[in-house]
Amino acid sequence: MSTSTQAIKHKRIYEVSPTRKMVMGIIEILIGLFIFLVFVRTISGDITTRYVMTPGGIDIGVAGDWVLPTRLTLIILGGVTLLIGAFQLIKGFGRATNAMVGLTGMFLIFGFLTWQAGGTSLNLAGMLSSAVLLSVPITLGAFSGVLSERAGVVNIAIEGMMLMGSMVGALIGSITDSAWLGLIGAIVSAVLLALIHALLSIKYRINQVISGTVINIFSAGMTAFISQKFLQANQALNSPPIFPRIPLPGLAHIPVLGPILFNTNLFVYIMFILLIIIQVALFSTRWGLRLRSVGEHPKAADTLGIDVIKTRYMAVILSGIVAGIGGAFFTLGSVGRFDEGMTAGKGFIGLAAMIFGNWTPIGSLGAGFLFGFADAIGSKLSLLGSAIPAQIMGMAAYLITMIVLAGFIGKGHTPAADGEPYVKE
Amino acid sequence: MNKKSEEKQNAGKLLLEEINQPKKRRIWGVISVPLLAIVTGVIIGAILIAATSNNVYEAFDESFLNGIGTSFSEIFIAYRSMFTGSIGDPVRIVNAFSSGDAREIRSALNPILESLVQATPYIFAGLAVALGFRAGLFNIGVEGQLFIGAACATYVGYAVKGLPGIIHMPLAFLAGGLGGALWGFIPGFLKATTGGHEVINTIMMNYIAFRLTEWLLSGPMTRPGSGGMPISPIIEESAQIPQFFQTPIRFHLGFFIALGFAWLVWWLLFKTKWGLNLRTVGTNPRAAKYAGLSVVKNTMIGMALSGGLAGLAGAVQILALNHSMALGLSSGYGFDSIALALIGNNHPLGVVLSSILFGTLRNGATRMMVIARIPIDIVDVIQAIILMLVAAPAIIRTLYRLREPKQEETTVFVSGWGGGQ
Repeated sequence: MSTSTQAIKHKRIYEVSPTRKMVMGIIEILIGLFIFLVFVRTISGDITTRYVMTPGGIDIGVAGDWVLPTRLTLIILGGVTLLIGAFQLIKGFGRATNAMVGLTGMFLIFGFLTWQAGGTSLNLAGMLSSAVLLSVPITLGAFSGVLSERAGVVNIAIEGMMLMGSMVGALIGSITDSAWLGLIGAIVSAVLLALIHALLSIKYRINQVISGTVINIFSAGMTAFISQKFLQANQALNSPPIFPRIPLPGLAHIPVLGPILFNTNLFVYIMFILLIIIQVALFSTRWGLRLRSVGEHPKAADTLGIDVIKTRYMAVILSGIVAGIGGAFFTLGSVGRFDEGMTAGKGFIGLAAMIFGNWTPIGSLGAGFLFGFADAIGSKLSLLGSAIPAQIMGMAAYLITMIVLAGFIGKGHTPAADGEPYVKE
Repeated sequence: MNKKSEEKQNAGKLLLEEINQPKKRRIWGVISVPLLAIVTGVIIGAILIAATSNNVYEAFDESFLNGIGTSFSEIFIAYRSMFTGSIGDPVRIVNAFSSGDAREIRSALNPILESLVQATPYIFAGLAVALGFRAGLFNIGVEGQLFIGAACATYVGYAVKGLPGIIHMPLAFLAGGLGGALWGFIPGFLKATTGGHEVINTIMMNYIAFRLTEWLLSGPMTRPGSGGMPISPIIEESAQIPQFFQTPIRFHLGFFIALGFAWLVWWLLFKTKWGLNLRTVGTNPRAAKYAGLSVVKNTMIGMALSGGLAGLAGAVQILALNHSMALGLSSGYGFDSIALALIGNNHPLGVVLSSILFGTLRNGATRMMVIARIPIDIVDVIQAIILMLVAAPAIIRTLYRLREPKQEETTVFVSGWGGGQ
């Protein structure tokens, strides 16, 4: 009995409904047509786009520039997109549907870049490198969400935890003059907030979204308060050391990939290490199975002797640790200074990345890259002198988040007991 | 016979008790938690003031008693400046009244009038969130809706010329409402049709609204000759909401318009069939579905109305006070309004009261910042604590040993990410 229901459930998860199959196919075809009608039509055949493939300020792993014929590249991109769309409409990609939509989205973005940079050059590697960095807080936020939501606790407090982490990281980093101690401080502060969230939502069983909002308001107020009272009054308290760029021996020399992924910030490596740890822990250990069962069916888990309350506390605290690292990235990893409200919704975008990534670490990473890339485009294109105002480009990440939510929510694997307080009977 | 009449009498008594006592207790039950939450929030704020003051630590170095004394005097100075800044200086008010000088009386009362001015956008914003909650929707997007509403009101305010004030002002005001309604409708529509959670979507709409208004104010809607500064032209005089007194006193008609809208929301929610439908969808969507109500339709209407009220909050600020739009329009009304709605128990009257409280707090905090050099953001911290305590009444009950109330009908929010089924 139990095995058969499980089999049915598994089948349901991977099945793509006919309407969804069609809608996605139509979207892909529209993207292809867009590439042809807007990009290809407006560009003449002899223009080339030059992509610089080494980020600025890097001297190992140097690669030559790519020079692409603009029009031909766009035709190929549009053609492949149309083929993908047609295949999706006729046959469907099944489990790979989301991935294929993501791929066509990438084609659209790459096509847009090629079109914009037609006749000039664009540092693609630099853009990718900054995209990876920009994706770090989003991805870590998504990991944080995965940990707590897999145990059934909705955590929209990630934004607040990150903000607090970034402030405390800057403060402690400045006082001790040690980036590592700053990181630890950031983690501790985020964990404290996570404890409050856990207490409110698990013990007092208040609505988890409201509990998260409480923490977000508290963090926004508290960080601004301390920032004005101390950090701005005394700049020495707001100049933490930054983690330096660490080239990984050997790997950093790989052309193109090396400078982007293996000669970069410590936080990027932490992100990849966490990816492996969380992926393995959640899906290949008994611990992870228990955690997920608490998020799926707490009553059943309780019957089997799993301590639901304890598991949820642990999950939320782990979530806080990851969010704290994500917060520390802002001050100790990139800017080297705390500004009020500097997380700018990255925690929320992280939650969208988690949803897009189907509540899995690996999917979250992919979605995080996508959002990070959307962010990077905005800042780079304004340098190219694009006709599109910087503010409009700055909307991209938020718009994509909304589109993703509209297109992908509920089709993936939402933990069944997500957001439901557990009352032991 | 005798016994029967006695029973009758008793029954009458019982009935009277039934009617009277629970009501009294009910009012206390409704008020006690927010009231104690506010008290606790203010106490924690006081601790924060003392704990972040240099003077206090210096005094503690001298002696413990000295430290305690300084803590209290610091807290006293801070809260006194907050009081005189938001209510007024009692001595000055009494003197003003005894002197009989009308102008002096007005300026002595200005702090309290200014608190009402500050409360005005809060009322609209709080009503927006409360209406959303009643419909089972969590609108965190008030901030963005407010910006869009303000932008629309500003545009109608300066671009439409030659209308009499009686038409122009309401037109600009309603334009603000419409802009906010559109901005609220989009997440409502997305939630109803695709299941995308309104919490994330409204937050995203906030950021999009900020970018959009920044672009509008530095591009299409910029003030000629502003040199690229993101600021709009000044609105026509006919679009302005009138202020009652001369310049230092900013008290304006908008406050009464806000009260009118509070009454309107109350009437809509509790006196019309349509409001009943909305509340049913909010409290029990499944039952509503079985009763033949359209959850999809009510979700969209609920979000649009909520956004419209938020847009009015932006419009009233532009039309009555600023008269042109700049980026520093809102000081976090969006998040504050959530606290307002919850403290006011999602009831329009409660929202009005808590808005006046918050307006007073914020007005006082401005003065506290000047006199006692305490960052205004302390109000956010106090608000977060109040919100937490109101949302988790169990904490207040254990702190103050209150009795557990009877189970009441409460609004059930969609807790997960929707979609699913």
